[in-house]
Amino acid sequence: MSAYVVRRILSMVLLLVLLSLVVFILFSLLPADPARLTCGKGCTPSVLEANRIKLGLDLPVIQQYWEFVKGLFVGRTYAANSPDPVQCSAPCLGYSFKRGEEVFVLIKDRLPATIWLAFGAFVLWLAAGISLGIYSALRRGRWQDRSVMGFALVGYSLPSFFIGLVAIFFIIIRWQLLPFPSYISPFENPVQFLQTMILPWIILATLYAAFYMRLTRNQMLEVLGDDYIRTARAKGLPERTVIRKHALRAGLTPIVTAAGLDLAGLLGGAIITESIFSLPGVGSLAVNSVNDADLPLIVGITLVAATFIIIANLIVDLLYAVIDPRVRLT
Amino acid sequence: MTQIASNGDQVLRVTDLRTYFPVRSRGLFPKTIGQVKAVDGVSLSVAPGETLGLVGESGCGKSTTGRTVLRLIAPTSGTIELDGDDITAMSAKQLVPLRRKAQMIFQDPYNALNPRHTVGTIIGAPFEVQSVTPPGGVQAAVQDLMERVGLNPEHYNRYPSEFSGGQRQRIGIARAVALRPKIIVCDEPVSALDVSIQAQIMNLLKDLQDDFGVAYLFVAHDLAVVRQIAHRVAVMYLGHIVELASREDLYAKPLHPYTHALLSAVPVPDPRAQANREQIRLSGDLPSPINPPSGCVFHTRCFRAEDRCRVEVPELRELLPGHTVACHFPMVDLQSTPSSVESSKI
Amino acid sequence: MMRAARPFLAVEGLSVEFPTEDGRVQAVDGVSFSVERGKTLAIVGESGSGKSVTAQAIMGLIDRRLSVVSGRAWLEGRDLVAMSDDEVRHERGSSMAMIFQDPMSSLHPFYRIGAQLSEAVLVHQKVSKQEAREQVLEMLNRVGIPDPKTRIDDYPHQLSGGMRQRVMIAMALINSPALLIADEPTTALDVTVQSQILELIGTLQQEYDTAVVMITHDLGIVADIADHVAVMYGGRIVESGTVDEIFYEPQMPYTLGLLSSVPRLDQVRAERLDPIPGNPPSPISLPPGCVFQPRCAYSDRVTSHACETVRPELVDIGGGHTMRCHLDADQRGQIASDVLSALAGGGA
Ligand SMILES: Nc1ncnc2c1ncn2[C@@H]1O[C@H](COP(=O)(O)OP(=O)(O)OP(=O)(O)O)[C@@H](O)[C@H]1O
Ligand SMILES: Nc1ncnc2c1ncn2[C@@H]1O[C@H](COP(=O)(O)OP(=O)(O)O)[C@@H](O)[C@H]1O
Ligand code: SF4
Ligand code: SF4
Ligand SMILES: [Mg+2]
Ligand SMILES: [Mg+2]
Repeated sequence: MSAYVVRRILSMVLLLVLLSLVVFILFSLLPADPARLTCGKGCTPSVLEANRIKLGLDLPVIQQYWEFVKGLFVGRTYAANSPDPVQCSAPCLGYSFKRGEEVFVLIKDRLPATIWLAFGAFVLWLAAGISLGIYSALRRGRWQDRSVMGFALVGYSLPSFFIGLVAIFFIIIRWQLLPFPSYISPFENPVQFLQTMILPWIILATLYAAFYMRLTRNQMLEVLGDDYIRTARAKGLPERTVIRKHALRAGLTPIVTAAGLDLAGLLGGAIITESIFSLPGVGSLAVNSVNDADLPLIVGITLVAATFIIIANLIVDLLYAVIDPRVRLT
Repeated sequence: MTQIASNGDQVLRVTDLRTYFPVRSRGLFPKTIGQVKAVDGVSLSVAPGETLGLVGESGCGKSTTGRTVLRLIAPTSGTIELDGDDITAMSAKQLVPLRRKAQMIFQDPYNALNPRHTVGTIIGAPFEVQSVTPPGGVQAAVQDLMERVGLNPEHYNRYPSEFSGGQRQRIGIARAVALRPKIIVCDEPVSALDVSIQAQIMNLLKDLQDDFGVAYLFVAHDLAVVRQIAHRVAVMYLGHIVELASREDLYAKPLHPYTHALLSAVPVPDPRAQANREQIRLSGDLPSPINPPSGCVFHTRCFRAEDRCRVEVPELRELLPGHTVACHFPMVDLQSTPSSVESSKI
Repeated sequence: MMRAARPFLAVEGLSVEFPTEDGRVQAVDGVSFSVERGKTLAIVGESGSGKSVTAQAIMGLIDRRLSVVSGRAWLEGRDLVAMSDDEVRHERGSSMAMIFQDPMSSLHPFYRIGAQLSEAVLVHQKVSKQEAREQVLEMLNRVGIPDPKTRIDDYPHQLSGGMRQRVMIAMALINSPALLIADEPTTALDVTVQSQILELIGTLQQEYDTAVVMITHDLGIVADIADHVAVMYGGRIVESGTVDEIFYEPQMPYTLGLLSSVPRLDQVRAERLDPIPGNPPSPISLPPGCVFQPRCAYSDRVTSHACETVRPELVDIGGGHTMRCHLDADQRGQIASDVLSALAGGGA
């Protein structure tokens, strides 16, 4: 088991290296000259050249990549020979000249809002999605099932920016049930934190819960037809034990996969929800970085998001082995 | 009955055939950690118009033998001669014309047919593959075949899902006999069917054999079915043929302890006869073909095993004319049906 | 209800109907039979004849919200069909138990066999987990699992097919039920393992004085272990009697057809078997008269097309031997002796 984890972590690192290399090469192939983008209207060739050197863009791609990797571990100094060198301490994910800030710091500052949003919504949608999915499966074909599935269909097909804007309009502007969202750390002001987060949570969770209801319902229906469920009933177990202990566990695997990957995906930034509610998260940072063509920042966010997904993959695989004893981690 | 050639030109001759499947570890960098010896040194031959039954417990390598013989699986070693041609090492392209001579019928009448093709297309496919135009055209030939196997030729344009299990098996049979092959490998063709349908299909296979002189390699686990249809029977255990004899000899005087046990384990549909039969109950299950036992592969379950069996591999010997057995201590002393085996051995 | 003579298990007019998109499926129609403790009733029939549905209806395993179950199933004088879902649940696994065809898929792949067996103990007996485990070990030992102390912590996939079926038997019998229903328990197993399992069921049946309902399509198994036999076709019992009556004095053309369809291991039959023509009926469109009529070779011997229009009633032709057929006794006797002698002389 531990050997397996070590091996998986090694291959994870390998994957990240490859991924970052690909990201690097892709961005170097872009037709736009990133240096030009750093230099506004009154750009002169000499400023442009200086910026190019600052960014390290004068070096070959592979060397740029090498500098980047080195920076991750030992930090990095941009334009060391110029009069105004820029210091980027380890772990240096790059430096945003646009924002005059280290990419790592930019992302780190934005992560708490994203993490709170993602985990809050995650708990909500899992609770709602799984319980309603089971309920629906048990009332299959009857009106309760149809209404849950109808709700799922609506939740699934309404774009979240639409629900989000409608919610802001009615709940915040028209009825003034909640103050205007303004993110604050829960440790500073828990009440304001909750007032800010409650709508984004619900709206993000609605979208995902709809998907998890359908997934859970389909899984349960499939599993409830399995032979070992009949055996469990033949033993005389009460129906709720049959459902909770036998059926749910058997149907859990795809739900765990989806949940792990969805959560990881959100940790890379819930772009729409963050933007609508002006949450200072990674998602809105990503939008801004793209708008500004802030290349180092884009690369940094991409790599962080990918790392979350790769880690989630490992955790999901480990969870499989916990759920299903036939899965052998070798 | 078609005359059975006793020797000379066989439609199929297999010598020392081995088919091993590599066992790989799972994970990112799989490596081969062993081999499943699914078929481990099988020799057999089938004469024109003859049915050779191949019986044994699940996993003993019957299907793998059948598939390897048709080169649907690559053999690990040994030779396969089809109607005089050595096909062991032929390329896929070289094999195409030879596919006319050898066909296959599968167990599962539900999965063996493409659900999106009409029955006409399915049965006519061999003509297309071989670019053969039968006299009167493909449709007429297919409808002829449908009639021959007991299907309504008007159902030419229907899809497999509209047919019952027995009818689907008839479709598979029509497809297999379309090009008048010399041999058909039948892999458990009646195992998934109800008894009444099973009997219908067995009769059909016999009729086709009488009409066309086709030979069958008939793979089955049901010993009663094999007795009904086969001329000779080979008993397999863990990748080896342990006994091969004419149907009469094998069922009346089985010489291998495993054959004895197998026959005695099948209950007969006759309460009084059944009450008088003595059963040899083998202990345990089939060992893993990844790590087969040393010496005689059957020694872990054999009631006659002695020390020699654990070390020395018994060769297949012709003990009686046409009756070969691989056992150091064959049951020649008990020249009778399994019912007379001493019960102390049970 | 207080008739003293009621058999241990008495099924009377049991019917199960499923409303489906294609129409009403009358899976079981008016099935009646009985079994005493220590005896074995075999239910034989081709697939789709309603054997499994009958068994599951007795066990209360048919979802009554999705089907209509009617009739009576008296177990020791209490009607299982009339009981509430919760009452039947208390009987399941304690006074009656069931084992199924596929021992691999019938065990939960994620739980150790010890846990699955203990669960069966704990739901019906007020004992500690430790005591339950003791009982499980004892039971695993009884069903011939080698080295139960280590095997108890195995997962199902670590056991062979035969061992899994032994575990299923252990699970079924752990609360010493008086009724065991076995639905094709050996169909998925090799013959050598089948004979081990049948022997085990027989031994435990004697030990616990269990009534066994053995569902099978294999006439060899029927001949081997049954005391009584019920032949099902199209959701109905078409003939039932003692095992000797069914094998040596069959009355109904379908029973004869089955007997002449089976190849035999112990004798050479005629080169060609004499099977029943055609296919079993679809339960959605059963023939209006005798359900066997479309495949019956003798229906033209019955006057005024009764076979096509009139459902034959189940009649007792003496001593509990019952059957459904319009043919009169002489005709049946004639047909049976013709068919059976053709079978016996088949080897010639
Ligand atoms: N493609 C494959 N890869 C690995 N192992 C295989 C493969 N095909 C078959 N085997 C193994 O080879 C052995 C023989 O299999 P085969 O299917 O020939 O058995 P069989 O005698 O036909 O059994 P059955 O009666 O269950 O059909 C088995 O142990 C099986 O698991
Ligand atoms: N849940 C169900 N819904 C509809 N039809 C069913 C259901 N269960 C069984 N049937 C039908 O009832 C008939 C009898 O089935 P079954 O008892 O399983 O047959 P068998 O004799 O092979 O055990 C079959 O035609 C089957 O398709
Ligand atoms: S060689 Fe020995 S172990 Fe093998 S079958 Fe013969 S007696 Fe049994
Ligand atoms: S009632 Fe008629 S159709 Fe039915 S079995 Fe008897 S003779 Fe045949
Ligand atoms: Mg096979
Ligand atoms: Mg069934």
